[in-house]
Amino acid sequence: MNAVAVNVEEKLFQNRYRVDAGRPHIQIKDPEICANDCTQKSCTYVCPASCYKAEGNGSVTLITDGCLECGSCRIICSEFSNVNWEYPRGGHGILFKFG
Amino acid sequence: MKKPSQFDAIVVGAGPSGNACAYTLAKAGLKVLQIERGEYPGSKNVQGAILYSDALEKIIPDFRDDAPLERHIIEQRVWVLDDNSFVGTHYRSDDYNKPPYNRYTIIRAQFDKWFSSKVREAGALLICETTVNHLIMDGEQVVGVQCDREAGDVYADVVILADGVNSTLARKAGFHGEIKDSNVALAVKEILFMPEDIIRQRFNIGEEEGVVIEMVGKITDGMMGTGFLYTNKESLTIGIGCMLGDFKGSVNKTSPYTLLEKLKRHPSIAPLIQGGEMKEYAAHLIPEGGFYAIPKVYGNGWMIVGDSGGFVNAVHREGSNLAMTTGRLAAETVIAAKAAGKPMSEAVLKTYKTELDKSFVMKDLHKYRDMPEVFHKNNQFFTTYPELVSKAAHKMFTVDGVDKKTKEREIFSSFRTSRSLTGLVGDAVKLWRAFR
Repeated sequence: MNAVAVNVEEKLFQNRYRVDAGRPHIQIKDPEICANDCTQKSCTYVCPASCYKAEGNGSVTLITDGCLECGSCRIICSEFSNVNWEYPRGGHGILFKFG
Repeated sequence: MKKPSQFDAIVVGAGPSGNACAYTLAKAGLKVLQIERGEYPGSKNVQGAILYSDALEKIIPDFRDDAPLERHIIEQRVWVLDDNSFVGTHYRSDDYNKPPYNRYTIIRAQFDKWFSSKVREAGALLICETTVNHLIMDGEQVVGVQCDREAGDVYADVVILADGVNSTLARKAGFHGEIKDSNVALAVKEILFMPEDIIRQRFNIGEEEGVVIEMVGKITDGMMGTGFLYTNKESLTIGIGCMLGDFKGSVNKTSPYTLLEKLKRHPSIAPLIQGGEMKEYAAHLIPEGGFYAIPKVYGNGWMIVGDSGGFVNAVHREGSNLAMTTGRLAAETVIAAKAAGKPMSEAVLKTYKTELDKSFVMKDLHKYRDMPEVFHKNNQFFTTYPELVSKAAHKMFTVDGVDKKTKEREIFSSFRTSRSLTGLVGDAVKLWRAFR
């Protein structure tokens, strides 16, 4: 598969969100598990909003602002179940204009 | 310590299944509360999106009078794509151009909002911007829901979960476990705006007419999945989805947005979408596990409808019609129980499952019960075959002085080199069995 550069931020920029500032609805339970035990780090490429980033030191960081609420990260983290996944508070998160 | 029921029924979610359910209940005179976590019904919902009219007609026969419909489909294309070509079939029929139309493209945010207005007209109470955190239990019986607002505990005789594919409520209550990554597809899509006359010219269609293109082939990077391109009134939807487990295990660590970008740039697709202005990017999981992945969908004081119960026919890409039908059948079960003065116990709500089994929903899911397995264990359907088909077409259609008999022999031998004769026959038999 030849490389295609995709700017996910540009895509997300078209979307409408009401971010629940300071209250992320998804959390990594134990960052140590990502850094030390998980080799695959599939969340970093499967997440369609690219919320998960693999840092150089092996750790994974999560910023949920652009989250599309699909639930993939929770389901693929089956080996470690290291993702705390809730729906955002009522009225918050992605607000699809078309859906 | 059972709290008195404030409602006959609570429906969680205002998608097609929740709306079908709440509408049917309210129409029968029941006291219904519907809770939606989005700003308005539809603001959290994502679909391709095709509306099959039959399921909605059974609930609102005259929906065509005012439902926001984009285009009725008069042509279905199925394309097998190679890296820079496609082999495909187009089926267009003027019969599809005569009312009552069989299916339409829709914009879900608009459609769900409309459907919800009908639910409220029927008498249900809708509360938006409210997330249900937990089910309230009294022993084995579900007696209400706990919402994320002050004094957010609400009680009802029965709670119907129409909370979509992720259904955190059913999982937290222990009705079923976590979804397997092999049972859901992750799809991403964009909506591209375009002047109506350009859409009509490009797809060779009239004012209200629409075209659907379903795609398989090398576009999914060897993973099990499909792409799609639908015509709306003044926009196109283009998307692609693969099994979530395939993404996770992909050799190239393929991202869904990379697949979508490559699809948009494919030489067979790019000219169709050129100039389209991207207005939204969405992602969604589709429960595609089929028959064997359907969890238990009823119990004491609860029922599950729509995506939450995995009611999707992946083979025919039908979902919203199954959602509406399951919502309606669940409602009818409650209405009958209520009329007979029966409690909302597991034994009484079992009728819902009996009715599901009698309907097209479970009959179709049963018919294709082995399909996910066949495709899953045989990924040549998504890798080798599209390439072979496309090469065969290329060879046959290229006029280069080589005789056709020789070409035939070369094509056949290319199939045999890529896949043994027993493999080819085996695949055909497997496919035939699963489709039969």
